[in-house]
Amino acid sequence: MRNNFLKFTFWKVVGVIIIVAGLVSTYIRFTKGLGATTNLSDAFPWGIWIGFDMLCGVGLAAGGFTLCAVTHIFNIEKFKPLTRPAILTAFLGYVLAICGLMFDLGRPWDIWHAIIMWNPHSVMFEVAWCVMLYTTVLFLEFSPIILERFKLAKLLKIMKLVAIPIMMLGILLSTLHQSSLGSLYLIIPEKMHPLWYSPLLPVYFYLSAISAGFAMVIFESYLSARAFNHGLKINLLSTCGLISFIFILVNFVLKIVYLIVSGKLQYLMVPSSTTYLFYLEILLGTIVPSFFLSSKKFRENKKYLYFSSLFIIAGFLLNRMNVSVTALAAMTTATYFPSVYEISVTLMLCTAGMWAFKFLSANFPVFEEEEKSDLVIVPNSKPLTLSELK
Amino acid sequence: MIKQKGMLYDVTLCIGCGSCYNACKEQNKLPETNKDFLKDHLSDKTYTVVEQYGDHYSRKNCMHCQEPACVSVCPVGAFTKTSLGPVLYDANKCIGCRYCMQACPHKVPRYEWSNLNPRVRKCILCYDRLKKGLPTACSEACPTGATMFGDLDDLRIEAKKRLKENPNTYYQRIYGLEEAGGSNVLVISPVPFEQLGFVSNLPKQALPKLTAQAMEKIPGVVGVGAAFLTGMYWLTKRKNEVAKEEKHNKTGSVNNEK
Repeated sequence: MRNNFLKFTFWKVVGVIIIVAGLVSTYIRFTKGLGATTNLSDAFPWGIWIGFDMLCGVGLAAGGFTLCAVTHIFNIEKFKPLTRPAILTAFLGYVLAICGLMFDLGRPWDIWHAIIMWNPHSVMFEVAWCVMLYTTVLFLEFSPIILERFKLAKLLKIMKLVAIPIMMLGILLSTLHQSSLGSLYLIIPEKMHPLWYSPLLPVYFYLSAISAGFAMVIFESYLSARAFNHGLKINLLSTCGLISFIFILVNFVLKIVYLIVSGKLQYLMVPSSTTYLFYLEILLGTIVPSFFLSSKKFRENKKYLYFSSLFIIAGFLLNRMNVSVTALAAMTTATYFPSVYEISVTLMLCTAGMWAFKFLSANFPVFEEEEKSDLVIVPNSKPLTLSELK
Repeated sequence: MIKQKGMLYDVTLCIGCGSCYNACKEQNKLPETNKDFLKDHLSDKTYTVVEQYGDHYSRKNCMHCQEPACVSVCPVGAFTKTSLGPVLYDANKCIGCRYCMQACPHKVPRYEWSNLNPRVRKCILCYDRLKKGLPTACSEACPTGATMFGDLDDLRIEAKKRLKENPNTYYQRIYGLEEAGGSNVLVISPVPFEQLGFVSNLPKQALPKLTAQAMEKIPGVVGVGAAFLTGMYWLTKRKNEVAKEEKHNKTGSVNNEK
C-alpha cells in the first residue's frame, strides 16, 4: 500500500481537488459567516449540512450497531468478519456528521454548552447526548483493532471484559437517536408536506436506518473486496440483503397503512414535483431493491446484491433529503438549494471519510477476525488476514 | 400572584401609520432597514412589521406562545417563558443550531446570518419595560389603540366582547386564543386570518406535546430494550455452548472445557 501512496490515479486527483476546494470553503465559512457561504435563510434555517451530513451520515452508520447486535448479542458468530468494517464505517460516519455540524452551528465553539446546560424536553438535547455517548462507544468498540495492531495485550483484556455491556449501551443509544432524528420533525406538523409528516417519523427513521445500515455493509464489502482483492462472503452478505429487505418492507407497509388510516391517500393523486419525489423515493428505496432481494437467485448474485444495496442507499438518501428539504419547501414560498460552499464542504467530508476508511482498513486489522479462539464454532468461515494483502 | 401580560392587536383599528414599527426600532436600538416600513419584513434588525393586505394592515411580531415551541426545542435552554409572559432568548447559552427557527409555528425567530458570532433575534415583549410596570413601546406609541397592552386575562375578555358586540365587523375568531396552544399576543380581524398572512393551519394543541408523546416513550424503550438484549445475549450464548458440547460429544473428542 505504502508504495502506492504517491502514485497518481484519476480518483486520487479528483479527491485532492475536492479536499482543496473544501478547505477553501471552510476558510470562507469561518471568516465570512453562514450568510455569505450558505443559501440558508430565516425561512429555511436547515440545509444539507443537517439534512445530508447529519441525517444521512448518522443513518448510514447504522450498520455499526446492527452488526454488533447480530454478532455479539444474538451471538450469530459467522457475521464477525463483517462487524469490524461496519464499526469503522459507523465511527467515521459519526465523526464526519459531527464535523458537518461544526460548519452548520452558528456558534460551534459553544457546542460544549449541551453538556452543562440541559433541556431534557428537547429532542435535539437527546440527540446531542446520544451522539456524544455513542461516538465514544464506537471509539471503544473500534479500540481493540488499534490495541491488536500495537499488541497491547493488557488493555485488550480489559476491553474484552467490558465489551458486551458497551455494545448493549451502543445498541440502546443508537435506537434512541436514530429514531430521534425523525422526532426532530414531530413539532412541525404544519410545515411538512402531509406525505412525509407522521407521528411515526421516529419509527420510519429507525427502520430505514437499519435497512440502510445493512445496505452499507454490502456496499463497502463489495468495494473493499475489489480494492483489497480479498474474497467476498456472499452467503453472509446475501443474508444482510435479506434483513435489509425485511426492514424496508415493514417500513413501507407502516407508511402506507398510516397514509390510509390518516386519510392522506388523496395526496398521492396530486400531480406535483413533490408527489413525484415521494414516488421516486419509494421506487428507488423500496420497489427496485425489493424486486431483487426477494429472489434468492438475485440475492446470491454479488452484482445484483451490490446494485440492490446502491438502490437502498439512494432511496434512503432521497428520503432524508425529502424530509429535511423538499417536504418543507413544498409548504412555504421559500426555496432552498445548497450553495457551492455547502456542497463542497459536504463533498470534502465524504472524501475524507472514504480516505480514512481506506487508510485504516489497509493499516489496521479491520478485515481480520478477532482472535480465532472465538470462532471455533464456525469452522467454515475462513478468517481474512492482512498478510494476504501485503 | 403575577399576572401574565399580553397584547391585543385589532386589525379594524390599525391605520398603518408605522408608529409601532418606529417605536420598536427605537426601543431596541435597531438600524433603519427600509425607507418604506410597509415594505419591510421581519429580520435580525426588525422585530415587528406592519404589512398591507388590500384595505387592511396586519402587524407581525413574536406571539409569545403559552407553551412555546422554541423553549421546548432549544437543546441548551436558551429560551425561557417568563412568568410575566414574554419569551426571552439568552445569546450566551445559544449554540446556533437554529432549531427554534425551524420549530416556531409562527415563523418568527430571525438569525444574524452575516454575524460571525450570530444570535437569534426576535421581539421580547419589551421585557425590561414590563418589569418596571411599563407597557410595551409599540402599544404606547399606537395612536388608535389598535395595539392594546394589558393583563392577558383582561385582553381575552376584551377581545371576546368586541367580537360579540360587533358580529358584523369581526371575523368570529380570536387568533392566538387556541393556535398552537394559545399565545400572549391576540389578534382580531374583519377577515379570515390567512388573508392577512397569518399561519392558519396550526393545530389547537400546544406543539411541544407532539414531541413529548415521543419522548415519554424513551424510558420504556430503554428498559424493554436492555432486558431484551440481555435476555437474547444469555439465550444465544447458552444455545451456542450447548451446540458446541453436543458437537464434541458426537465426534467423541471430549475436550475439557476451560
